[in-house]
Amino acid sequence: MAEPGAAALTTADGMPLRAALARASRRARLRAALLVAPLLLFVLVSFVWPIGQMLLRSVNNVQFAANMPELTAWFAANPRGTPVDEAAFAALAADLRLAAASRTVGTVGTRINYELPGSRSLFTATGRAAGGLEPPYREALLALNPDWGREELWTVMRGASARYTANFYLAALDLRRDAGGGIVRVAPEQRVYVSLFLRTFALSAVITVVCLALGFPVAHLLATLPVRRANMLMILVLLPFWTSLLVRTSSWIVLLQGQGVVNNVLVALGIVDEGGRLSMMYNQTGTIVAMTHILLPFMILPLYSVMKTIPPAYARAARSLGATSWTTFRRIYLPLTVPGIGAGAMLVFILAVGYYITPALVGGASGQLISNQIAFHMQNTLNWSLAAALAALLLAAVLLLYWLYDRLVGIDNMKLG
Amino acid sequence: MAPDDIDRTFVAFERVQKSYDGVTLVVKDLNLAIARGEFLTMLGPSGSGKTTCLMMLAGFETATHGEIRLGGRPITTVPPHRRGIGMVFQNYALFPHLTVGENLAFPLEVRGIGRAEREAKIARALDMVQMKGFAGRRPGQLSGGQQQRIALARALVFDPALVLMDEPLGALDKQLREHMQFEIKHLHERLGITVVYVTHDQGEALTMSDRIAVFNDGVIQQLAAPEVLYEQPMNSFVASFIGENNTLDGTVETIAGERCTVRLDGGTVIDARPVNVSRQGVRTRVSIRPERVEVRPERLPRGVHLVEAEVLEFIYMGDIFRVRLNVAGNDDFVMKYRNAPDAVRLVPGARIQIGWRPEDCRALDAA
Repeated sequence: MAEPGAAALTTADGMPLRAALARASRRARLRAALLVAPLLLFVLVSFVWPIGQMLLRSVNNVQFAANMPELTAWFAANPRGTPVDEAAFAALAADLRLAAASRTVGTVGTRINYELPGSRSLFTATGRAAGGLEPPYREALLALNPDWGREELWTVMRGASARYTANFYLAALDLRRDAGGGIVRVAPEQRVYVSLFLRTFALSAVITVVCLALGFPVAHLLATLPVRRANMLMILVLLPFWTSLLVRTSSWIVLLQGQGVVNNVLVALGIVDEGGRLSMMYNQTGTIVAMTHILLPFMILPLYSVMKTIPPAYARAARSLGATSWTTFRRIYLPLTVPGIGAGAMLVFILAVGYYITPALVGGASGQLISNQIAFHMQNTLNWSLAAALAALLLAAVLLLYWLYDRLVGIDNMKLG
Repeated sequence: MAPDDIDRTFVAFERVQKSYDGVTLVVKDLNLAIARGEFLTMLGPSGSGKTTCLMMLAGFETATHGEIRLGGRPITTVPPHRRGIGMVFQNYALFPHLTVGENLAFPLEVRGIGRAEREAKIARALDMVQMKGFAGRRPGQLSGGQQQRIALARALVFDPALVLMDEPLGALDKQLREHMQFEIKHLHERLGITVVYVTHDQGEALTMSDRIAVFNDGVIQQLAAPEVLYEQPMNSFVASFIGENNTLDGTVETIAGERCTVRLDGGTVIDARPVNVSRQGVRTRVSIRPERVEVRPERLPRGVHLVEAEVLEFIYMGDIFRVRLNVAGNDDFVMKYRNAPDAVRLVPGARIQIGWRPEDCRALDAA
């Protein structure tokens, strides 16, 4: 305490009390810091650093500026709206010549190709001929390929010349810059990501609700059964955790596909005829079924740990006070399980939003989620910046959700187990 | 209270049996009539079946056999929420997510009582337990004693005719517990409600009850008013369970009306009152309260047998002295007497003569 007399306090041998306390606790603090140091290091290396890299890459834009220095300088010197003059074409020609010599013209072409499909070949073809270009460069380039005169191309190149850009985020939201630099939606047939985000959230919400509906009674049973039988049931709940994800997903394929077990049984029983086999696999149904199965324990466990702490006396008290069993559930039991519902729903939803393997295996075309698109850009188009922007948007959405939850329910109300 | 007054019977257990596992009976053939307005305590050690009886009355357990009637109506098939019984639980069971006011409103809301009347009743109930102004608090913000009062108010707020209490004071410290005993007692007197109270604390039972049913092993051992129970226990279980008690084992030597003599196993002969021994020669266990042992035998009527005792321990307890003696081989024999100005102070090792009035020493069944 900062009382006037406190400063003068000393230990028995005359040492200031504050210093003595600091010295006494220093060793303990140091040891505690050493104990957590490995984990801290691990988290930094495996979590904070990669996420930082991802966020950086989602705005990073050096491929163009690094390889096209003169044109980048021209863009910097002339604001948007300046007519593309001979100086600009001269800079372009010089840069193309340089890029062709250092074999980076493909990189530049790829970068422009992200936003203007078909541009890569324009760059590589012109690059091969760049050595023979003579002034006036405007005419020379347009003679080589009239596409060099397209206003759209110059808008894209201007956008690509900045070191940092929001263009990947625009692309991830189905937006682009028009010639004047304004933000517009892309052509309807190119709009993919927004609907995919919406589908991802909708499917995750459905999976969360199904998990809650299926998990709530099981968790209640677990919490109220005698210990021996509850342990048995708990093993059954945890069983999916001990089985490979691939095995579990594949067994759903075996069960649900067109010629699968479920359809065969239905046909054999005459419930559906041969032509009317249900399509439960390689679509949204397949994704929902398989992901619900995999994520169910994440709902049951927090619910169980909360229900375990609710004494049966509450329900009895409510009944003795005149409440029917439904009122008792609605007014007393359900509100008391909210921390578990919140924790379980958050866990399942966040895991579902980022799920990749299962939708990739059983989702078909309509059951794909945003993470499959991220993987696509990572592995096929190699547009890592777009992948990073999509991932960052996903992260932002989850954080927003978390914030909403905190506002509505309160994070300290959440009980993970 | 007149237990055999049929018209006034409010709660009746008739030939009630209860088994959880189909092998053993936790309640064996229970017959009990509780009068309207009575404060009846079910007292017994844990596992004696008293809580099971309460739970059957509340509707949380079903009787395996027999019938329970409330106000003359069999209630075996009536679900708990339609029995209209107020209940106070051991750990209060106040709903933690509701405020005190909402806890009290709960039984009124589910009964469809309008807001104005609800608030009047809540205010009255809070006033009754001296917790005015606490309606906005949550149970977690209250002390144990305050929670206890709120639990009591919640059980009373909807004006039930019968209130069950399952060891409601068990979680409180001794001083608060004694205070609450009187408050519950006064509430009972003021409201005229019928209370069935379960406890394993005999002091609590003696303080509060009109009648006490002593449970052991699924059977009511004795059902009587507190003073009868204390002074005239009918068997050795009741004698040892209620209050402090000295016991000596022996054989009935002579028996005549209200008097008998017992030869203790050490050979000493003492006087006693036959309670459930009927003839000469049977084994018996005599029971005598420590405060009924006379340290100055000259005060006793002439002709009673005196007993030799050795002082083992003398404890000064302020208002009384407590002396541990060896009497006829029993070295846990306790005697208590008042710290009067002329009271003798004994020294360990001294040999003294003690005695008692024959009617204070009860010859019971041999345990």
